Amino acid sequence: MADADGALSHDSHASAPMTCDIVLAGVGGQGVLSVSAVIASAALAHGLQVKQSEVHGMAQRGGAVSANLRLSDRAIASELVPRGCASLLLAMEPLESLRYFPFLSPTGTVVAATTPVENIPDYPPLESVLDAIRTAPHAVLVDATRLAREAGSMRAVNMVMVGAASNLLPLGADALEHEITRRFERKGAAIVEQNLRAFRAGRTAGRP
Amino acid sequence: MSQHVLRGDEAVALGALDAGVTAAYAYPGTPSTGIVEALQARHAANGSAPGFWTANEKTAYEAALGVSFVGRRALVVMKHVGLNVAADPFMNSALVAPHGGLVLVVADDPGMHSSQNEQDSRVLADFARIVCLEPASQQEAYEMTREAFDVSERFRIPVMVRLVTRLAHTRSLVTTAPPRAANAIRKPDDTMGWTLLPANARRQWRALLERQPDLRAWAEASPWNHVDDGAPGATLAVVTTGIARNYFLENVGDLARRPLHLHIGAYPAPAELIAGIRSRVSRVLVLEDGYPFLERQLRGLGLRDHSVCGRETGDLPPDGELTPDLVRHALGLPVRPGVPTPDLHVPSRPPQLCGGCPHADSFQALRLALGEHADAVIASDIGCYSLAALPPYSAVDSCVCMGASIGMAKGAADAGHRPAVAIIGDSTFLHSGMTPLLDAAAANTSMTVVILDNQAVAMTGGQSTLVPSSRLEQIVLGLGVQPERLHVLDTHPTKHAANAAVLRDAIASDGLSVVIMVRECVETARRHLQERRHLPLVSEDVDG
Ligand code: SF4
Repeated sequence: MADADGALSHDSHASAPMTCDIVLAGVGGQGVLSVSAVIASAALAHGLQVKQSEVHGMAQRGGAVSANLRLSDRAIASELVPRGCASLLLAMEPLESLRYFPFLSPTGTVVAATTPVENIPDYPPLESVLDAIRTAPHAVLVDATRLAREAGSMRAVNMVMVGAASNLLPLGADALEHEITRRFERKGAAIVEQNLRAFRAGRTAGRP
Repeated sequence: MSQHVLRGDEAVALGALDAGVTAAYAYPGTPSTGIVEALQARHAANGSAPGFWTANEKTAYEAALGVSFVGRRALVVMKHVGLNVAADPFMNSALVAPHGGLVLVVADDPGMHSSQNEQDSRVLADFARIVCLEPASQQEAYEMTREAFDVSERFRIPVMVRLVTRLAHTRSLVTTAPPRAANAIRKPDDTMGWTLLPANARRQWRALLERQPDLRAWAEASPWNHVDDGAPGATLAVVTTGIARNYFLENVGDLARRPLHLHIGAYPAPAELIAGIRSRVSRVLVLEDGYPFLERQLRGLGLRDHSVCGRETGDLPPDGELTPDLVRHALGLPVRPGVPTPDLHVPSRPPQLCGGCPHADSFQALRLALGEHADAVIASDIGCYSLAALPPYSAVDSCVCMGASIGMAKGAADAGHRPAVAIIGDSTFLHSGMTPLLDAAAANTSMTVVILDNQAVAMTGGQSTLVPSSRLEQIVLGLGVQPERLHVLDTHPTKHAANAAVLRDAIASDGLSVVIMVRECVETARRHLQERRHLPLVSEDVDG
């Protein structure tokens, strides 16, 4: 489905459908929807079909948030990722990833940030949460907070996670970098660079 | 023709613009809010048709009626429970004779992602005897909204477009068609068609009933309703409505034999098409993201008739949002294995008041004020502050519908309960709180109304309230509240004790008192600060 450097093979249309189902998870205010939007926009620019579903309404911060993102080289039916179909479970917060394991395909990968958001009284010990994530057949834990700090901005955590996920997407890194550049352009070159650095650090850290 | 990546609600907005809509009206309500927001953004950018926020859904509907009355196209938008508020103009609008297209878009919320019930608006379209269109994709949301205006003008009825949360909040590619010009202003030649005095109303009602066969014939022939023959000799027929079709198509490839498939996107239900498929199979499965609306029509009163199955036969859950997995189960397909959930208790994480939320401070002061009154009735309302029903606040007793807090506190007081307190936000007060406050003022009921004035419609994303909150005091006084019984407090952590004293006094005294607790929502305050500094807003950074 993807060649060595992650680019989509466009001549594969006649063969099996290329689909990439992603479940995104996090806590309200973390930017789950912006992560989803970056990947979706890059995929669209890459010529893929996209269905990007999110549920929001309560404006308050701090509750569990999830989004579904489906990419394919042909028409996508359901807006929701069916159980057992996600090739990627991308979590901005470790505990939040655990809610969606049934959606992850046995051949899929969970990519989770390791920094907890402990805004509930009964948050389990972090090590037990990380151990639980490691029970997945393919798990990648990313210290996104540290990588974002090293890239120059705590606000770039989201782009670290896009980077960590990028190895598993049917898109080249260039498509994502292009989208990140487009998105942050109006904030100036320094911010663009920060986010690209964050993306690349995530991409390296997320290499399976 | 051009292509855009749009959410369902944005597709509706574009469909209305391209249909030549003249104005749109709405009160914010998830998941419908994005429609008027999209219109407002375009209006600001290029002067296209405006989208107005109104006091509530009823006033929105009536303004739309006025646009239609002068021959132009009007859009009115609300969430499902908003249609209850607008039910009076809605039901009666079916009897008038709009000649400017009148389109009502209602966004239902199966699964109650952010609502207090999951009523299905298709029932109300049927109740009003009008046409309903139900899109299954963002593309259809665009096309159906456009077509709804034409159908409205053709049959001279309002037309409903029914969305669900999942469709409104999913993005995909939409291809648009060249826009149509707006209608010229034209007052109706015969205003008797708009004057529902009994004699006229009887005539108009009969005319609406006489048009029903035409509506049915239109639905039978509509391309939104279509049959896919399935495999030869199929014994199962599947009827899908709205986005249930997508969940069916997601799974159908795994079935050994493709069922006969009827998709319904246009109502009144096409009886001939339905009869046609029923005669060819022994069993019909009805998939609807909402009530078992068609399922019940198909089954009629034959309760034990399991040749029609769906939510009422246990093939699908009786409530909640439909999912591809529920549909898969109903089709008899095995569960796809996922990764097993690890053996660790994952506590739930409900939404919470934002850090620094002014409501949190108001509830602190209220708790201090109530002190020994452990049995106080604290009737609350619709807004962020309803979260105070949950720990750690556990500060309110009810949340029923827009404005109910004041009426319920009055009822509890009338019944003899003291203290009785109503908690209501500024925007909810303007929506539906003024009339019950008038009741309480007229009777000088012994109760206290606390208006939490955060200067925003916060829960739906921080829209501005209709009037600046400085006008709240005049409104309250104008409704007949005694000036000495109105208190305006700055709600702030440093002022808990003083604010609690005022509240305690108000609650202890006989008669009606109103306490307005003022401080801006931290979310909108942050945004306004950014706007003042002319910083670009990165809206994608905000989710909820
Ligand atoms: S959005 Fe505003 S009103 Fe709502 S919880 Fe947050 S700060 Fe409070």
